[in-house]
Amino acid sequence: MFNEILTIWSDQAGLSAAIWLFILVFVAYLARNPAHSLILSTGHAIHAACRLFARSLRHLETSLQRRNREVVLALGEDACERAIEREFHRVNAVVTRDLSAYPALHRQISDTIDRIEEDYQAASDVPPLPPEWLQAVDSIASIPRSGDATVCSILDNIGSTLENAHRETEKAYRKTTLGRHKLLGAMQPQWRKLGHSLARVKETIDGLDERSLEIDRQMAAYEAIRNNDDTITRTLSSSSLTQFFISSLVLVIAVFGGLINFQLIAMPMSEMVGGTSYIGPMRTSDIAALVIIMVEIAMGLFLLESLRITHLFPVIGSMDDSMRKRMIVITFSILAILATVEASLAYMRDLLALDREALTQSLAGNVIVAEAEFRWIPSLGQMIMGFILPFALAFVAIPLESFIHSLRTVIGIVALALIHSLAFLARLLGGSARQASRMLVSMYDLLIMLPLGIERLISGSIKSKQRIGDSDDAVEYLMEEKS
Amino acid sequence: MKKFILIAALSLTLAACDEPQSKARAVYLLLDTSGTYTREMDKAQSIINYLLATLDSGDSIAIARIDSGSFSEKDIIARMTFDDRPSTSNQQKRQFKAQIDTFVDGLRGGSRHTDITGGMLQASEYLRETGAGEKYVLIFSDLEEDLQKGHIRDFPISLPDIHVVALNVTKLRSDNIDPRDYMERLDLWKRRVDEAGGSWGVINDLERMDHLIAQR
Repeated sequence: MFNEILTIWSDQAGLSAAIWLFILVFVAYLARNPAHSLILSTGHAIHAACRLFARSLRHLETSLQRRNREVVLALGEDACERAIEREFHRVNAVVTRDLSAYPALHRQISDTIDRIEEDYQAASDVPPLPPEWLQAVDSIASIPRSGDATVCSILDNIGSTLENAHRETEKAYRKTTLGRHKLLGAMQPQWRKLGHSLARVKETIDGLDERSLEIDRQMAAYEAIRNNDDTITRTLSSSSLTQFFISSLVLVIAVFGGLINFQLIAMPMSEMVGGTSYIGPMRTSDIAALVIIMVEIAMGLFLLESLRITHLFPVIGSMDDSMRKRMIVITFSILAILATVEASLAYMRDLLALDREALTQSLAGNVIVAEAEFRWIPSLGQMIMGFILPFALAFVAIPLESFIHSLRTVIGIVALALIHSLAFLARLLGGSARQASRMLVSMYDLLIMLPLGIERLISGSIKSKQRIGDSDDAVEYLMEEKS
Repeated sequence: MKKFILIAALSLTLAACDEPQSKARAVYLLLDTSGTYTREMDKAQSIINYLLATLDSGDSIAIARIDSGSFSEKDIIARMTFDDRPSTSNQQKRQFKAQIDTFVDGLRGGSRHTDITGGMLQASEYLRETGAGEKYVLIFSDLEEDLQKGHIRDFPISLPDIHVVALNVTKLRSDNIDPRDYMERLDLWKRRVDEAGGSWGVINDLERMDHLIAQR
C-alpha cells in the first residue's frame, strides 16, 4: 500500500519521493500561518490546562496539609491529655497513699519532738553543790595540830567526815550522770525515728515534685499544640512516623505468631469439624482454626479496651465501671477457655502426628520403635505454646491502635507527597508543551525553508525596488523644490 | 426493573448454591492375578502401602483382581472411603492393610484368563459412584488381555476424566523377540483410554511413583 502511494508519480522511487516531498513542502508552505497558529494554540492550551490542574492540586495540597496538621495536632492533644490525666492520677495516688497519713505522721513527729525535749530537759547537767557548812568544817579540819591527842582525834574525825561527805557527793553525782546518759541513750532511737519519718516525707515530696515537673512539661507541650506551634507539629509528625514503623514491625511479628498458632490447631481441628468439607477453596477445618484465632484477637481487643489500655471503641471506654468490670471478666474468661481449647488441640495434634508417623512406618514395613524417652517435651511445649499464644495475640490491640492512629498521619504524608509530585509533573508538562509548540513552529519553518527563502528573496527585492522608487521620488521632489 | 433485580438476585443465589467440585480422590487398583503375576504381589503390596500413605480423609480406595471375568463385584478384594476424622481414617488404613495382607497370603494359583477390559469397566463404575474430583485407575498387569471364549469386550468403553496408569508392565517372552508387540500393546491401551475420555500413563519403575497421585 505504502509502496503504491510512494510510486504514484513515477516508477523510480527516488523521483516519486522527491515529487511527494515537493508537494508536501509546498502544501506546508501554503498552510504555514494556520499551522503555526494551530501548533501554538495547542501548546498554549496544554500549558493552560496543566497550569490550572497544578493550581487545583496546590489548593488540594494546602487543604490536605491543613488536614494533616489538624490530625497530627488532634492526636498530639489527645496523647497530651491522656499523659496529663495519667500524671494527675499518679499525683492523686501519691496524695491518697502517702499524704493522707500525714496528720498521723505529723502527730508522731510532734510527740517524738516533745519526748526528746523532755528527755533533754531531764538530762541537763546540774553539778551538786557542796553543803554550806563544809567550808567551816574544812577550816576547822585544816587547823594545825598542836599535839593534843584529843584535839587531833577530833580534827581527824572531822577530816574523815569531810572526805566521806566528798565521796558521797561524788557518788551521787556519778549516779545522776549515769541516769542522764541513759536518758540521752534512750533519745537516740527517737532521733532515728524522727529522721526516718522526715526522710519518708521528703521522698513523697520529691515524688510529687517530679510529677509536677512532668505535668509542667506536658502542659507546655499541650499549650504549644493549642497554639498551633510549627515545631510541635513537626515533632508530632516524626513521632507518628516512628510509631507507624514500630507498630508495623510488631504487627508483622504478631502475624507470624498467628501463623504458628494456626499451624498448631488447623490439623486437629479436622477431628472436630471433619477434614473433607470445603468452604470455597478453603477447608472448613482451616477456616474454623482461623475463626478461633480471630475470636481470640477480638477478645483481646475488648479486654484491653475494657481495661482502658486502648481506646479504639468509645462505647466500651464510656461504660460505667461495674459494666466494664463485668466485661473484663467475660472477655478474660472467653480468652482463657479458648487458650485451654488451643492447648488441648495442640496436644491432639501431637497425638495425631504420632499416630500418622506410626502408620507410615508400618506401611513402609519398618519396625515401630519404642516411644522415645523425652517425647513428652515437645508435647508439653506444644501445649504451652497453644495456651500462651492466644494471650500473646490478645496484646496485638496495642500496636494495632498505634498503627491505626499513625496510619492516618502516614497516609496524609504520602498523599501530600503524591499530590506535590503530581503538581510538579503537571507544571513540567505544561511548560514542556509550550516550549515544544515553539520548537515545532521552528521545525515547521525548517521544513519549508526553501519556499520561505524564495519568499524572502522576492519580498527583499520588492522592498529594495520600493526603496529605490521612494528615493527617486525624493530626489525629484528636492529638484522641484530647488527649481 | 424490580423483576430484573429479582431475577438477578435469584440467579446469583442459585450460582452461589451450585455444588462445588469435590476435592476428594478415588483410586481403583487392578491386580493381575494370572500366571506369573502372582509372584509380583510384594510389589503390588508396596504400591498399596504407598496409596494408603498418600490418600487422606474423604478419599476412596478399592483393590480388585483381574481374572477370567473381571466385570464383577466379587473381584473387589477391599474397598473403603476414609472417614472425615484423621484418627479414624488412620484406623481404617490399618484395617485395609490387614485385609490386603490376608488376601496376598491366601493367594495360590493364578487365573487362566485375563479380562482387563472388564476390570476397567468395573473400576469406572466404582469411581463414578464415589463422586470424587480426581479419579485414578491403576493397572498392575502386563496388559496382555486373554479373554475367555464367549466374553465380548471389543466395544468402546467410557472412562471420563479418569487417569489410567499402567504399573510394572512386564515384558513377555515374545516381547523380547519382537519388541514391537510390547509397543503395540501399550499403544492399543493408550488409544482405547484416550477414546474413552481418560488420560493414559505408564510407570514401570516403582521408585518413581512419588508424583503418581496429586498431593494435597
